[in-house]
Amino acid sequence: MLAYIIRRLLYAIPILIGVNLFTFALFFVVNTPDDMARMQLGVKRVTPEAIQKWKAERGYDKPLVWNAAAAGGAKLTDTIFFSKSVRMFAGDFGHADDGRDIAREIGARMGPSLAIALPTFVLGLFVAISFALLLVFFRATTLDFAGVVLCVAMMSISGLFYIIGGQWLVSKVWHLVPISGYSGGLDASKFLILPVIIGVVGGIGSSARWYRTIFLEEITRDYVRTARAKGLPERVVLFRHVLRNAMIPILTGVVVVIPTLFMGSLLTESFFGIPGLGSYTIDAINAQDFAVVRSMVFIGSVLYIVGLLLTDLSYTLADPRVRLQ
Amino acid sequence: MSGMVIQPVLLWSDALLFVLIAVIGALTLWARRQEALRAAWTRVARNGVAMAAATVLAVFVLIGLLDSLHYRARLEAQPGAAERYAVEVNSALDALLSDLRLRAEKTYSAPLATHLFAREALENSAQREFPRLKHGGAHLGENLSGHELDIAVRVSRGLGGGLVVWLLLVALVCRVNGLDLKAVMKVGACRPAKRNPRQTESGAATGAVLVTLLPILLLLGVAISLGGGYHVFGTDKVGQDVLYLSLKAIRTGLLIGTLTTLVMLPAAVLLGILAGYVGGWVDDVIQYLYTTLSSIPGVLLIAAAVLMMQVVIDTHPDWFATSAERADARLLALCLILGMTSWTGVARLLRGETLKLRELEFVQAAQAFGVGRFAIMRRHILPNLMHIVLISLVMDFSGLVLAEAVLSYVGVGVDPTTISFGTMINTARMELAREPMVWWSLLAAFSFMFALVLAANLFADAVRDAFDPRSSA
Repeated sequence: MLAYIIRRLLYAIPILIGVNLFTFALFFVVNTPDDMARMQLGVKRVTPEAIQKWKAERGYDKPLVWNAAAAGGAKLTDTIFFSKSVRMFAGDFGHADDGRDIAREIGARMGPSLAIALPTFVLGLFVAISFALLLVFFRATTLDFAGVVLCVAMMSISGLFYIIGGQWLVSKVWHLVPISGYSGGLDASKFLILPVIIGVVGGIGSSARWYRTIFLEEITRDYVRTARAKGLPERVVLFRHVLRNAMIPILTGVVVVIPTLFMGSLLTESFFGIPGLGSYTIDAINAQDFAVVRSMVFIGSVLYIVGLLLTDLSYTLADPRVRLQ
Repeated sequence: MSGMVIQPVLLWSDALLFVLIAVIGALTLWARRQEALRAAWTRVARNGVAMAAATVLAVFVLIGLLDSLHYRARLEAQPGAAERYAVEVNSALDALLSDLRLRAEKTYSAPLATHLFAREALENSAQREFPRLKHGGAHLGENLSGHELDIAVRVSRGLGGGLVVWLLLVALVCRVNGLDLKAVMKVGACRPAKRNPRQTESGAATGAVLVTLLPILLLLGVAISLGGGYHVFGTDKVGQDVLYLSLKAIRTGLLIGTLTTLVMLPAAVLLGILAGYVGGWVDDVIQYLYTTLSSIPGVLLIAAAVLMMQVVIDTHPDWFATSAERADARLLALCLILGMTSWTGVARLLRGETLKLRELEFVQAAQAFGVGRFAIMRRHILPNLMHIVLISLVMDFSGLVLAEAVLSYVGVGVDPTTISFGTMINTARMELAREPMVWWSLLAAFSFMFALVLAANLFADAVRDAFDPRSSA
């Protein structure tokens, strides 16, 4: 087991290096720092001095990968590639355009992001599985058909509509919760309840339909026929046998997203004014803060790779037949 | 070229769209000769829901195609000067809807309104009043008491017109197909004439299409009849008709949904088959490539790539002759970027399927006969993967249409001057805090998007059920 984990961790390293090289190429080779400076400064203020100053402030005034002017090891280290990309492995993301330390900002914003993403995830999983089980219990009836139609219809609605419509109905018409904002501690719940509900409702369509297919696949198995043959009521068959076995594909399918919950949700956070990582990313995109976007790409990939690792591990935990070598 | 009233303009996206249609046409001809494919498509055609969805999709595609025939109108000729054409690039749809396009108001007005949405200080009055619209309800003159009556008359006229057209169509279809008209009138859908079992299938499909056409024609009738005098969905911030914007947004949605898959398919198919069939270090390299790309969160990768693309476009303004060309280039680049993030899933699927196919008898027989590697991949593997390609093409479509709206909201979508569902929602969002709310552009964009995506989802489900060998069991 331990050997397997270590091997998987080692396997993640070349992928992270690949991500790192890719983002470096995307941000510094496709466009030169001069291009970025020109775009950020705007047409009016572009002078060679202004560009130099802009680059110097952000540390973009070095050569890309090889500094011939420096001495010894600094030939490699005193470059954009080393200072901006390689140091990300050490958790050093540099500074945002407003001068703040990106790593510290990320640490501070993870809390609010998780406060929304975690309840949405857990509640969404629970609601979608219950709904799918209900449909399977009434399979091949009008109720099942209506439920599937509902799922397809809900899948076809834009996520923006759920947010805008929900905010309008709950906050503006019914005045139940504040429309947006955030505060620490227990007080946060009144800000969190609406985004969580909207997140759950918005995700129900596609996930419930997926879980229903898994349950239906499971229900044709031999052990289900055996359970029915020995006279178990359908309720017990579903909950004790089908649900447990279907949890294997469901759990292993959702484990991969758990680490990325830290990243928060771009849309929800920006609509509800939650100071999490999602709104941080959106603000950075709108302000064209390349350093922050680059850092978020890197962190997102790290979390995704952790998710893949957890998926493999969860196979062994959920299904004793799977043995890792 | 003298004497031409218009100068046709072929944007890159138009060209690709026509290529796509040619490809679909060629594939259809090819599929007609393949027994298995014909059987699968017959299963789709027998599915009433699928045919209804296909009808709705066809209407959307028709609008999108009309909107892809671009031209520049000739300017008034000046004596002695060479012929000149307008900078503005219009489409056949613009020409059809020139009424809607040109009758712009000053700013927001509610659906079917006769006055602007906000009060303004009028010239000869001390109070702030709602100014009268220039075009909305202009035919009523000063007397506004007949406003509701006029709307009711127009609605019923539109409904009547739509119904008449539909009945004519039904009669025509039944006559052509030799179906019983009386039975149709009784149940409202085409019933095949008795004792003609061969027509039962085509009758069911025709019935579904006709039933779907009824609401479409009724809505069309109402829209035409009301649109002649009012702004059916109101006007937006700069006074443009929202119905016109919604119809224009369809092309953008269709393009993103289809071209993205089209541009990524060659790479995905090639790499997927190579990885699965050749194996060894080729497999390792390709797997490494797509694992790396897919481990970057999609939205962030798209955001980063779009940001960089913006810098490229902004620093090379001399590449594009007109603003339409620039917007078009941005749209295509967005398709490419979306394709870059979505090819990994298809490639992975194709690799897995190729691994399975490689071990089957017919491939091994071909190997034993000494058929070359690439010939096997082309002739034996590729045709057996086409159903996966098709399924992923139709399944991706709706997701991409929805993604466009989100990306435009995040600020990494289409060019702000391109009319799309995303840009409509994004501009309307600014007015949400307004009291009372400006809801109509949002609602129009969401409704059109919902109709398009729902039809695409239903059709995709039917295609998957018909083509997926697992689901037919």
